[in-house]
Order: sequence, then C-alpha cells, then structure tokens
Amino acid sequence: MIIELTVNGEPVTARITNPGSLLDLLRDELGLPGSKNACEQGECGSCSIILDGELVCSCLVMAADAADSSVVTVEGVSPVDGLDPIQEAMHRGGAVQCGFCTPGIVVAAVDLFTRNPRPSRTQIKEALAGNICRCTGYGAIIRALETVATGAET
Amino acid sequence: MTTDTVPRIRVPEGGVGESPLRPDGVPKLRGEFEYAQDLSAEGMLWAATVRSPHARARIVSIDLAPALAIGGVHACLTAADVPGRATFGLEHPDQPVLAGDEARFWGEPVAVVAAEDPDTARQAAAAIEVRYEPLDALTDPVEADRRDDVFRRLSIRRGDQALRGSVVVEGTYEVGMQDQAPLGTEAGLAIPDGQGGVDLYATSQYVHIDHEQVVASLGLRPEQVRAHPSGIGGAFGSREDVNLHIHLCLLALHTGRPVKMVYHRSESFTGHVHRHPAWLSYRHEADETGRLVRVQARVMIDGGAYASTTSAVLANACYFAVGPYRCESVSVDGVGSRTNNPPCGAMRGFGAVQVCFGYESQMDRLAVALGMDPLDLREMNALGTGDPMPTTGQVIDTPLPTIDVIRSLQAMPLPEPAATVHHSELPGGSGLTTESHHVRRGVGYALGIKNLGFSEGSDDYAQARVRFTSDGAVVETAAIEVGQGMVTVLAQIARSALGISHVSVAHVDTSKIGSAGSTSASRQTQLSGGATLEAATRLRQRVLSQHDGDELDDEGVWKGDDLLVTWADLSDEDWEETVTFRHPPTTGPDENGQGVIHADFAVAGHRAVVDVDTELGLVKVVRVDTVQDVGRALNPQSVQGQIEGGILQGVGLAVMEELVMKDGVILNPTFTDYLLPTILDAPDVEALLIEQEGSWGPFGAKGVGESPTISSTAAIAAATRAASGKELNRVPIRPQDIALE
Repeated sequence: MIIELTVNGEPVTARITNPGSLLDLLRDELGLPGSKNACEQGECGSCSIILDGELVCSCLVMAADAADSSVVTVEGVSPVDGLDPIQEAMHRGGAVQCGFCTPGIVVAAVDLFTRNPRPSRTQIKEALAGNICRCTGYGAIIRALETVATGAET
Repeated sequence: MTTDTVPRIRVPEGGVGESPLRPDGVPKLRGEFEYAQDLSAEGMLWAATVRSPHARARIVSIDLAPALAIGGVHACLTAADVPGRATFGLEHPDQPVLAGDEARFWGEPVAVVAAEDPDTARQAAAAIEVRYEPLDALTDPVEADRRDDVFRRLSIRRGDQALRGSVVVEGTYEVGMQDQAPLGTEAGLAIPDGQGGVDLYATSQYVHIDHEQVVASLGLRPEQVRAHPSGIGGAFGSREDVNLHIHLCLLALHTGRPVKMVYHRSESFTGHVHRHPAWLSYRHEADETGRLVRVQARVMIDGGAYASTTSAVLANACYFAVGPYRCESVSVDGVGSRTNNPPCGAMRGFGAVQVCFGYESQMDRLAVALGMDPLDLREMNALGTGDPMPTTGQVIDTPLPTIDVIRSLQAMPLPEPAATVHHSELPGGSGLTTESHHVRRGVGYALGIKNLGFSEGSDDYAQARVRFTSDGAVVETAAIEVGQGMVTVLAQIARSALGISHVSVAHVDTSKIGSAGSTSASRQTQLSGGATLEAATRLRQRVLSQHDGDELDDEGVWKGDDLLVTWADLSDEDWEETVTFRHPPTTGPDENGQGVIHADFAVAGHRAVVDVDTELGLVKVVRVDTVQDVGRALNPQSVQGQIEGGILQGVGLAVMEELVMKDGVILNPTFTDYLLPTILDAPDVEALLIEQEGSWGPFGAKGVGESPTISSTAAIAAATRAASGKELNRVPIRPQDIALE
C-alpha cells in the first residue's frame, strides 16, 4: 500500500510492502537512521519519536498506521547546524557516552520541555522513565536537563 | 619516558586533567553518528542465523533446499562451507563457526543465510530444515566438576596452611548470570574486495583478534582481511568474542556481494557471552583483635559450552578472592566448569565482581562476630603499597590507597531520611505498591580490588601512531571507542605531550596499524594512552631537534620569538611516530598460584543506602557513594561517567538483572523480562577520587572503568541485609528472598 505522511515537516509518500514498523520505515526506507532499534518491544525508548504531538516508540507503531500523521524524529528536532539548548546541555554535561540511547532521550526531553518548560528533577525522571541508558547511570543526563529547566545552561 | 624530558612545553586547552567536549558528541546528539547498525553498501544482502533450539543435540541432517527455493535467497551455509579452521575462540579455538555434528548450547549457530532483504533472510533461516536428535544436556556445573568437565582449575596456597584464628565465620554465596545488555545489538557489514579478500565493519572491542579469527576460519592470508573499527552502541565485555564476524565474511565471499547482519534483541542475548554465574564458599578466620589470619575459598564459575575467556575470568576470581586485605594464610580452589549452558566470558569486572560479593559478605559477618565496626575491621586489614597480595604473594609496587579509600568513605556525610518522599522514589515506585510504614532504611559498605591490563604473563601491548597533517596532529589507533571516551582522552594526552591544540583521533583498520589490544580490563587509557604519550613525546623531540627549535605549537616550530617553520611547512615534511607500548611484564602462576601475576591494581569502595519494603521485598537504592583510586583523572567528566554508569550496572546485579536459566534455555531474553535499571532506579551518586601518581599509565593514570562495578553490588547487598535482617547470600536479591525467606 502507499501512504502519505509528514516527516519532520516534509510531505512524504511511502510504499509499504511488508507489515513493518514505523521505525523500519524511517530507518530503512526514508533514510532517517537517527531513531535506533535496540529492543523492538517498546521497552527502551531508543526509537522514540513524536507522532501527532505524542511521544511514542516507533517500533510499536505499524508503518501503515502512520498514514496521514505527522512524525518528528531526532533529525527533526535538531537545528540545521549544531545543537539545540537541550542537546547542548547534554553535550557539555557529559550525558553522551556510546550514544545509542541518545536520540531517544533527546526526543523525550524535547517532548518534556514542550509540555513543561520548567520541570522538576522528579518530573525529568518520570519523563525519561521509558528510556534505557546502559552507559551513563543517568546522572549526567539528569544534571544536564536540570540546567535547561533552571535556565542555567550556557 | 615522561613529559619532563621535553623543554618548555606550553600545554594548550583540552589537555589532560580537563574535560573537553567529546568529538563524537554532536553527531550522536543529532542522530547522525554512524553505528554498525546503520551501515549500508551498494548491492548489499542481508544475513540471518539459524540457531539450535536445544541445549544439546546431535545434528542428524540439514536440508537447505526449502530455503534456497525462496526467491531472493543467495546463500545458505553450514559447517561444511567453512574453508579454513572450523573453530574460533578468544583464548582457545574450541567453538565451531557453525555447529557440525553436535550443537552444544541453546542458540548455537547452525547455519547462516544471505538474501535480498532482512525479511527474506529470516524466512529462509526459518525454512531450513534441521533434524536434531536431542541429547542429555549437562547444565549443572557441580556435576560437570565431578566429571572433570572443566576449562580450568586453579589452586592457590600461600603461607602456613596450619594457621588458625580464634574467630571463624563461614558462608556460601551465589551470583546469578548477568548480561552486558549494550543498547546496540551485534551488527556488521562485510564487503568483498573483488580479489578474494574482504573488509569487515562490525561491532567489536578488539579488531585485531577478530581479524586473526576471520583469517584462520576463512583460510585467507592476513593481508586479505581488513577489520575496521565501527560505531559501537556500548560493549561492557560482550564484544570481545567473535559472533557474526566470520559468518558475514563467509557469506560476502560466497556471494560476492556486501552482506549485512543485525541481531535482534533476543538473538543478542544468545549471540554474545554473559557474566559467569558463580558459587562461592568461604571460611574466614581472625584473631580476637580482628586481624585476618586465614581465608579459605572455593570458587566455582560456569563457563558454559565453550571456552571464551573462562580461564582468565576464573584466574581473576581466584587471585582477588580475598579482596584488598592482608592475610598470612590463604587457600583458594577454583574451577571453571564446562556445561551445555550458554557460553560465559567477559563482563566489566571480569571475575572480580563475583568474589567481591563473597568476601565482602564475609567481612561483614566477621565484623559482627568480633563486635567490630565493619569499616574499622577493613581498615585494620587494609592492603597497601608494599604489601604482598594475599593470594599470589606479589608485592604491590604501585600506589594502592585502600586506607585512604576507607577513611574517605567513612567521612562522607550520610543523607538524612527525607521528611516526604515522592511516590516514585519509594521501593514500589510508580506502581504505588509500597506503604511507607513497611519501609526500612539500611546502609552497607564494600571494597573491591582488581587488576589493570592483561595478566599471567601475556604479552600485553598497544600500538599508536601520531602523525602531522595540515589540520594538526592525528592519533591513529585501532583501540575501540565503545562510549567510554577513548576518542577524547587520547587527543588530550597528545595535546599535553605535543603542545598542539589541534589534535584528532582516527580509528583505523587492522592493515594500517598494529594491535591496540582489547578495550577491556580497564586497559586502554593506560596502554593506548601510554603509546600515544610516548609517540607524541618522541615526535615533538625529533621535530624540535631537527629544526633546532625550542617550542612547538599550532603555528609551527619556534625559537624564542621567531617562528622557524610554519605548520603548513612542517606538515609537508611527513612527520609521524609509531610506538608499541608494553606494561611491566608479568608471569604465569607457579604450582601454588604464586607469581608476579598482575601489572597494576586499583581499589575502590562503595557505601550504599537503600530503602526496603520488607513486606513486598522491594528494594530502592537511594544512594551509592564511592571513593575510587584513579591514579590521575585525565578527564574528570569521563571518570564520573564511568563511575555512575558502572555503579548502576552494580545496582542491576544487586537487585534485578539475571538471565534465568532452565535446562540450558534462557527464559528471559528480552528487555521486557530481563530487567535493566531505568532512570527511576538510579541512585544519587557522590564520588571522591583518590589521585596518587606512581602507576605506569600516562601521567600516572589508572584504568577506571571496572572499579565502579566491582563493589557496588556487595555494598547494596550489605545495605539490604541491614534493612531487612535477612542473610541474602545470593545476588540479584529477589523480592521472595526478602519477603518470603
């Protein structure tokens, strides 16, 4: 089947031949490998995207169900060059190690700050509870996002 | 060689001791960093693996025809198609590339296929008809020991074996099978070069050892295979062993097309080795003052079906079985069994983690028996520089600040119980299951010790090259960046040694540079860092000497205020220096396990604070504070990152992470059922670094990656005991261990 959707603000037409996920569509067909595939079960958040304004795991969305929707991926939340304030705070704060979870965490954090520009530490943790990071122990991620919340970022 | 021999060096920004931004940070944050999972090539095929559904079975026949009949399938290969050595292995090549007559563990690769797309490849793998005759699987390591089906036995006897103490404690302990669970699964791409050779880009911790094994099994000349470092989504030991590497190269050469394979998560859980489960029994004897007189230990680890690194893990478990304590009389008997369980191998801490849970549990019991404070007992027996290792007798000749670790840990303030706790911070978390009157707080301590670098006489080295280009200096290395920050710290070392700020790190393939050894054993900062420091130092000296200059910087070579040679001219002169760095030599053990077995040591301590819901058996790790011996922190932010990340893996082993086995089958190979700590499980961490120079690492640095994982688990177990009053002789601690025992 052929579906139409909007990806990172651009209209896209995609032919779907297999009953694959939106994650596969983004990574393999649309040339957007920023969303990562780490568990395919919606447990780790590495494939987090914003679908019609909702933060979802793209591995749990059938590609066909994304017809006529608007999708924002990590590529879409990144500025044309460089980093947005959330990414910048994470970069300076040592919140990136292997980086495999990072795109999902960036998208989840952008979603959080869109809904709540001044989240508390507890709210930051709750917002990222669906994103597994195996390297950092989360401390640097929490501290980085706290600087964004308090406007202390440089 | 040290930088002291270099005159008038002005260290530019971004040198050692600072925390410059990661060069790969921006692409990782933008989603543009290329991982092995993201690779592609023109005309690429996709591969999939057929795996044994039995823990042990005779392979009666394999019918490839149904798979080959599927459109788009290009190759189905079995053991008969391996042209060279039929087996591989990190230390002993005992594991079949593809199982031949017999499959020896659940999930063992039996055949591989290549097809036009991933779905077709998986359909083809499912269509291959393998007839198995199930055989009795040996899954009990005790029975394997009885049958002498073992990878290694190691006995250590030191001191007067007749010595006895007046205060005796005995205990048996068990450690479950932990998985590294890196976020990126195994992935790779092999590209045939059109002349019978192949280029391999795959997840790895050690490309030269992959290269060696690919060459052997493909029956090629070494120069026909090039193993390239690629983007890695974490490792923690899981990528030391070959898994899909030989398969990909076989398929690429067979089809003449590039071939890509990516394991899905469940496959990853069977496709890499795990942390060895361990069974420990201990007898500690002390005199009435608390002085440790004798330690007797029996250590059993289950290596599973194939050797991997079981010999070395067992050795580590035995050599560190007493911990960072002096003891005159020691007896350790270790065995690494061979069973039909999944193969176990390297994971962060490498044998030192398992025994730490045993000896630290014993030290706490001993403190109770003596009526002593647990930290006072540890301080009284603390091992330090100049002392012999209690096990091997090796005199420790680098700084070992165990005493400082204990005293600093003791001095760190304890948190007050909060007046109000958000529900997500209670043991039951957002499930809202915990009623606060069931919550008990506990505090526990543990210390750990481990070697740095390879041991037992192995020729451990790393090669690095420093080269000048028009853009500045480049450090070329085959050392693998797994996320730990090698790419940052090698550049820092080169900046400090050269006096040049424009330094980058290039990860080059096996044809372009000698081995850097494995990114494991906390060794790359010391080994590849050591090679980088020496290469950069020599290069600077040669440049200054040739041009009779007295200073080098980004602009070129200076003498006083005169710029003698501009950088553009200097870079035209093709300057480069390649160094192979070795750490001090070690020896194998004698018949009593004695010898100069290790090159260096690091010690750390952890204090855990936990809240336990004693009714439901749930544990919330509130904080884990730590003091760690780091030699010198070359990049404090990276050190903090290793500490926090390592502690959380220790939290995982303490309270949730375990591969549950039944008859050799992993029952929980998914992220739904293998529980990993989330941000809500992460304790607050305060870390103090002890910097005492004197180690042979660059600028006195010690490796820092493993220490955080070694004693954090034991500290959390101790705290949970304090809160619950239960014995808790097993990790991970399960709810029923607290609520039902």
